[in-house]
Order: sequence, then C-alpha cells, then structure tokens
Amino acid sequence: MTWENSAITIATLLPVVGALVIALVPRDKDTMVRALGIVFTGVALVIAIAIAVDFDYSAGPGLQFELNTEWIPAISARYHVGIDGISLPLYLLTFVLSFLCAIYTWHFVPSPGKTKAFLGLMLLLETGMAGTFIAFDLILFFVFWELVLVPMYFLIGIWGSANREYAAIKFFLYTLFGSIFMLLGFLGMFFRSDLGGGARTFDIIALQDYAAGGGFSDGFQLVAFAAVGLGFAVKVPMWPFHTWLPDAHTEAPTIGSVLLAGVMLKMGTYGFVRIALPILPYGAEKYAPWIGALAAIAIVYAALACLAQRDLKRLIAFSSVGHMGFVMLGIATLTTIGINAAIFGMVAHGIITGMLFFCVGSLYDRYHTREISEIGGGVMQKLPYLGGVFAFVSIASLGLPGLAGFWGEVLALLSAFNPAGILSDHTTLFRVFMVAGGIGTILTAGYFLWMLQRVNMGTVPEKWQAQPLPDVLPVEWVSWTPLLVATVALGIFPRLIFGVTQEPVDALMHLFGG
Amino acid sequence: MNQAIDYHAILPEMILSGTILLVLVADAFLKQRRKWFTMPLAFLGTLAALVAVLTLIGEDRTTFGGMFVVDDFAVLFKTFFLVVALFVLLVSLRYFRDGRFYQGEYYFLLLTSFLGCLLMPSSRDLLMLFISLELVSAPGFLIAAFRKDDPRSNEAGIKFFLIGVLSTAVMLYGMSLIYGLTGTLNLTEIGSALSSPLPQGQETLMLAAILFIVAGFAFKVSAVPFQFWAPDTYEGAPVPVAAFLATASKAAGFAGLLQLMFVAFPNQHEFWTPIFAVLSIATMTIGNFVALQQRQVVRLLAYSSIAQAGYMLLPFALVSADAAVNQEAFAAAVTYIIIYAVMTLGAFAVVIAMTRESHGLLISDFAGLSRRSGVIALAMTVFMVSLAGIPPTGGFWAKFFVFKVAIERGGIGTALAVVMVVNSVVSLYYYLAVPRQMLFAEPEHDRPLLSPASVTFVTVVATAAVVAIGVWPELIAHFPPLSTLVAP
Repeated sequence: MTWENSAITIATLLPVVGALVIALVPRDKDTMVRALGIVFTGVALVIAIAIAVDFDYSAGPGLQFELNTEWIPAISARYHVGIDGISLPLYLLTFVLSFLCAIYTWHFVPSPGKTKAFLGLMLLLETGMAGTFIAFDLILFFVFWELVLVPMYFLIGIWGSANREYAAIKFFLYTLFGSIFMLLGFLGMFFRSDLGGGARTFDIIALQDYAAGGGFSDGFQLVAFAAVGLGFAVKVPMWPFHTWLPDAHTEAPTIGSVLLAGVMLKMGTYGFVRIALPILPYGAEKYAPWIGALAAIAIVYAALACLAQRDLKRLIAFSSVGHMGFVMLGIATLTTIGINAAIFGMVAHGIITGMLFFCVGSLYDRYHTREISEIGGGVMQKLPYLGGVFAFVSIASLGLPGLAGFWGEVLALLSAFNPAGILSDHTTLFRVFMVAGGIGTILTAGYFLWMLQRVNMGTVPEKWQAQPLPDVLPVEWVSWTPLLVATVALGIFPRLIFGVTQEPVDALMHLFGG
Repeated sequence: MNQAIDYHAILPEMILSGTILLVLVADAFLKQRRKWFTMPLAFLGTLAALVAVLTLIGEDRTTFGGMFVVDDFAVLFKTFFLVVALFVLLVSLRYFRDGRFYQGEYYFLLLTSFLGCLLMPSSRDLLMLFISLELVSAPGFLIAAFRKDDPRSNEAGIKFFLIGVLSTAVMLYGMSLIYGLTGTLNLTEIGSALSSPLPQGQETLMLAAILFIVAGFAFKVSAVPFQFWAPDTYEGAPVPVAAFLATASKAAGFAGLLQLMFVAFPNQHEFWTPIFAVLSIATMTIGNFVALQQRQVVRLLAYSSIAQAGYMLLPFALVSADAAVNQEAFAAAVTYIIIYAVMTLGAFAVVIAMTRESHGLLISDFAGLSRRSGVIALAMTVFMVSLAGIPPTGGFWAKFFVFKVAIERGGIGTALAVVMVVNSVVSLYYYLAVPRQMLFAEPEHDRPLLSPASVTFVTVVATAAVVAIGVWPELIAHFPPLSTLVAP
C-alpha cells in the first residue's frame, strides 16, 4: 500500500474512524467532541487537498490514485476506487463543506443537543458522500450511495424543526425507492456484460469499455436507463420527483441542509455523468429530450414556486431544484460544453447554496423565525455584514457574471442551442428548452431580488429594533470566508474547474460520436 | 439383517438426546430455587453437540439405509441451528427464572425441538422429514402455551397446535400419495422415479400430492395463506419462545422445503415455481402491509418475519432448467435464512430486555430509550435498519443475493424482483417505527434499562455480526454456494 494507492481510501474512511472515536468520548466532554469533529474533518480535508495538489493535470483522462482489490468474490464485486477530472472537484467540495460545517458546529449545535451523536452522524454522512465520487465498482458505488440515507434521516428527524419527522421519513422512503430500482438496473448491467469467457463485471470502467464496443442491446439500454435514471432522478432531484426536497431542506438543521444541498444532490447528477451516460449511450440518446424537457420544466416551475414562498429556507430549497434543472439541461444536451457546464454548475451550486443555507441558518439563530414577513426587512441596517453576505450570495446564485453561478447557467443554455449530433432531430426542441431556461433565469433573478428587497432592504420593524442581535460572529466568518472567496474565484477563473474536467468529459463524449 | 449404524454421523443428535434426558432428570432432583441450573446443563450439552457437528465438516456420510445423510448442506444447517440454540438458551435464562415458569421442562422441550431441527437437514426420506417436522413442532405447541396463567398464551398454544396438526395431516396425505405413486420414500429415488412422466391420471395426482406437501411446510414457514397462527402465537408465547419460532422453527421449515423441492421434485419445477411465485408475492405483500398497522412490538416482529419468509420463498420461484441459476437460487435462500436469523434473534433479544419494564410490549414503551440505554437503542436501530435491507448491514446483502439471482433468471425473476423492491421500501416505514420511538420521543423516566447480562451479550454479538456481515459479506456468503443440493 503506497500513498498513491491508499490516499483516497484514507481520506474517505477517516471520517468514519472519527465517528467511532467520538462514540468513545464520554458524554459530558462536549468541547472535546466538537474539537474532534474539526480535527477529523480537517485532516481529511488536508489529505484531499494533497490529492488535488498531487493530481497530474496533464496526464489525460485516465484514473489516478487507483486501487483495485478483491472485496466480495462471491458476487464479483471489487473494491475499485480512483479519481479523475470529473470526480476531483466534487470530491474536494465534499471535504471542504464538511470541514466548514464542523467549524460551524463549534459555535452551534441545534436542540436537542447531543453533540456526540450529531457529529458522529455528520462524519458518517461525509464518508458516504465522498465514497460515491470515488467508487468505480457498481456495488461499491451503491453501498456508499445508500450509506448517506440513515445519517441524514436521523439528522433531520432528531435535530430538525417542527415538521421534521414527516420530512425525514419522506426523504428516506422516496430516495430508497429510487435507489433500489437503480440497484436492479446495476444487476441487469452486470448480467448483460460479457468480458469474454462468460466473465461478468460490476466494474464501471470495464462496463464503459464494453458499452463503447456496442455490448448492450438497444432494448436493454432503454429499460436499464429508466431503472438507474429513476434512482438518480430522485436524488438530483428532477421534476416531478422533487417533492421530498422542500420538506427535507426546510426541516433539516443548518448543516444538514448545507450538506444535503451542497453535496448530496450532486450524487444524482454525478451518477448520470459517470454511469448512466457512458454505460448506456443509446438509452441516453433516446431519453435525452425527455430529460431536457423535465429540466426545463424544473427551472421554470422552481422559479415560480420560489416566488410564492413565504418561508425563507423553503425558498432556497426550491431554488436548488431550479439550479439542478440547469445542470440536467447541460447533461441532456450530450455535448462537451453541456457536461462541462453541468459539472461546473454542480460545484458552483454546492458552494453558493451551501453558503445560502449557512446564511439562512444564521438568520434563524438570531430572529428565531424563517418567515419573510416575520423578519420584516432591514437586515442590512440591523446586521450590515450578515445582510451584505446574504445579498452577495443571493446575487451569485441568480447567476451574475463574474461570480460562480454564471458559468454553469450560461454554458448550459449555450449547449442547449446546439445539442449533440445524434440529437440533431430535436434541435428545435432543445432551443425551446433554452428559451425556457432563459425565462427561468429572469424569474430566478426576480425571486432572489424580491426576497432581498423584503428581507434586506427597508426599515427594521418595531419588534426587532430594540433587540441586540449579534452580527456575523468570528466562527461564522471562519466557516464562510472560504466559500465566499471560492465564489469569486470560480467566477473569474472558471478554468479552475474546466481545466480539470475538460479532458475526461471529452473522452466520455467520444461515446456519443462527439 | 443387521445394518451398521454410522455412529459418527449421528453423534450430534446422540449428544443432544443425552442432554435432553439429563436435563429432565436433573430438573426432577433440583430444589425449586436451583431449577435454573438446568440451563447451563443444556448449554454445555448443546456446545458439545456443536463440537460434534464441527468434527463432521467435509464428511459425506449416509446411514439408516439412506434416510439420514450428513453432507455440507446438513453440516451448515446443523451448525446454524446449534448456534441459534445457544443464543436462545442465553436469552431464556433470566426470563424463565424470574417469571413463574417450569424451567427444567422448558429446556427439555426446547432442546427436543432443536433435536428435530438437527434431524431436518439430514432427512432425505419422506418419513424422516415428517418425523423431524413433528419433533420441531410438537414441543413448540407446548412451550408456546407455557405462560399458564395468561389466556393469550393458552390461545397461542391452541392456535399453533390446531393449525399445525391440520397442515401436517394434509402434508402426510400428500407424502402417502407420493409413496403410492413412486413406491419409495427416499427423496433421491423419488426424484429419479418422477424424472420420466407418469400416466396421465397419476401425473395429476402427483401434482396434487406435491401441493399438499408444500402446504404442510408453508404452514411451518408461515407463508400466506397459512400464516394466521403466527402473530397470535408469537404475541401470546413467552418472548424467548417467539424468538425460537421466528428463527429456528422457520429455518427448519425452509431446510425441509429446500431438500424436498431440489432433491425430490426438481423435474416438476414448471408446476411448482408459479405456485411459489404466488406464495412469495402474497406473503411479502400481506406481511408488510399488515405490519404497517401494528402497535405491539412482538406482533410487529411476527408480521415482519412473515414478510421475510416471503423474501425467502422467492428463490424457489426462480428454479428452471438452468442448473447454474438453480445453484445460485439455492445459495441465495440459504444465505438469507442465516442472515435473517441473526437479525431477528438480535431484535427479539432487545424485546426480551424490555420485558422487565413493560408487560404489554407496545412500541410506545420504547419511547426515549436512546437517552436511557444508548447501546440497546443503537443495537435495535441496527437490527431494524438491517431487516429493512439498508447498507451497510447484513440484511442488505441478504436481499442483494436474492435480487441478483432474480435478475439473472430474468422473465418472472425480474417481475418478482420489482415486487420485492416495492415491498422493501414499504417495510422500511414500519421497521423505523421502533427507532422513531427510541430516538425521537421523550422517555417517561431517566433510569437506564437494566438488562440481564446474557441478553446484553446476545444483543451485542448479534449487532457486531450484522455490521460485520454488512461490511464484509464474504464472511457468510462464502459457505452456502458450497453446500447446494442442486443436481448438476
């Protein structure tokens, strides 16, 4: 075992080890538990950054830091992990957001307390999320995918707000439903694969090669894409499978929402890019117009829903549906621009919406309400720094050029103007999607600006004037600054992401005659 | 004519029989306060029998004229049954000692039932199968009614008994018809006798006979529509007896069913696979949907075990002419049985720990347990999540193996897999009912739950096993494929 082999495994499994260590700490040593949380996520982040630094950006589209050993011979599942340009940004995002959440926890653990359990579950969640992005065996991928369900269920169900139990069970059942169908799809792919001599495989790379050679029949691909697509679609979430998201995001505690919106939604879109598209190209081609249609609907529907929201957190939750609509539109075009835009959009959304949930969480800490009418306005006056940060992130989220949100949106729309060659019959359709997306952008700007007007602008209402509400605390600055810097950095240097994703996406698109 | 008896092959059964008699005699001579000594006696005897089984690993012996066979299948199941026996004995100790029960008689009856379980996987003869089945069931009727002053316990015993003997009578009738048609009771010989078609009238009679025999075993594994006894019997019986019925008794039924369908009737698979498909779907669905309504934890576990029996019946519906797929189906069924028993035993162990506080054992009695006894609450959560089939627990892999062979089979297999998927999602809702109470609700008081050491031990070991299998399924998955009875 060398550094090359084991680095990503260590980084991914370190949080679970941390959870076990935290379980052994006596219940009353609250500060030590929070410190351990920061230490473990911090060390994992350092290893992840070391991997990113050590990554050979000129090596081409292959896997790096690869490890491929026996795991369950009885079912031919192997422990195959690795990282390439598509996984790297999302992998890093997971560790960054988890570390910032651990720092945020230093200051605030929501009621009913129980810091040990809270941090233990968060660390378990981190392992599940990180593992999904590095797994290159379908069974390993599935295990990590499902691993996030139980911690998130308990995080929402115990530390959430008023309607938490309903939101938690809805989230669990809905996502589980999609993922078991995904498992059936994976099994179907396994049994249809033939590497010569009757050997079959769950290995994603081997399956991609097999599919590139025309291995899977068209009919099978249609069925399998529907099955795995369902699982990914519920996670993204695509319209109309999105109904779990507003409840889950709204009721979850702050860091639950940050990790859910920041990373977990990306697992779905990543699954499309990594598994559904390369292994089932014919299925992707046939379903692409449908995915594009659902994406366009999602963009507009989510924007309209946001305009109607009175609860601040629910508004941000619906905005996630809209942003994921742009990501899926980029994927549906099956072009290099589209997929690059999608990955960029994933990372940007993770940073920006993660930041938005942090802001809303902090507002809730101070005002103890999420209702826009209750807050009443004047946050810029009362809490200038918080208001400023909130305004900055909202504007980043609506896609202002120069900030991170812009590139994902505009390049997704651009790619919709000229979908891939195999989709040329549907060019007009995709251009309609592009127009719908454009309208969605205007509506997005509308609801964000209107929200800022109602929350940030105006005079401070009577009941809040006398209240001594603290502005942004130092611990909050520490956990937010990296995200704010990243928002600007990605906006000005999109090459930070595109430089990494360009080659692997190109290799992927060769399957579509791109 | 003197036939040589292979004593090594029947050594475990002999040791267990000796223990049974020793327990009964010891109970007659022990003072009332010391009656519980019979449990360590039973425990040591079972341990000795387990060692005897382990000496039979890798052996292939036949005795009693081919009625009694010791091969990999038999050794695997015997080991399994004896380990389950050890755990049931451990959780029974304090329960029966503190309640006003007849202890020596209980261990006598329990071990007799386990003797039947030991005989079952070795029985390659219709008569032996019948004897084993009766030996498993008859003491079960008695120990289900062991709470003499509780009307529900008496009801449990009576229901179990009446439905049990009815099913066994039907099964015996079927067995006699098969004897009449083939002239032999030996399973392998029946298999070869039925490999060529019989004259028309006899063919129909044979199919009807198969149906009757399946009905007898379907009762034992509480498949729909033979499951009506299960919830009432589990609820009324003493909880360790319910644990025994849910694990060992059900597994014995499946052991018998596996031998029957794969050794005696493999050539009739076109007839009985649709029947098993219907049985499986009905059992899963009814088990799951009625479980959603349950408010009492033992009834919940009873319906859960009915639904799980549905999942275990699914591989039977996948049998076809393809021997490789049949082997995988067989292995999947055996793997599921083993993992299911571990999870269910653990869940029952937690319930037994709760009996000290709560007599009704309602789900709401678990409220706030996480604050009072973190370890027990965590263990119960692991068991419930595992029963629902969520990674990384053992229950997920149990379901995975069944999904795998179902998709490999294709055709009806895919449809059955979809039904099982939907059922698994539905089942999650009621499996999370107990963790919801334990973790989300407020406890009535803050005192920790005092659980007997033996029960806590079983809980911890079962939790460790479930998680270990979940992370490294090779631990269990390695063995069943080596012990299939599928003819190549």
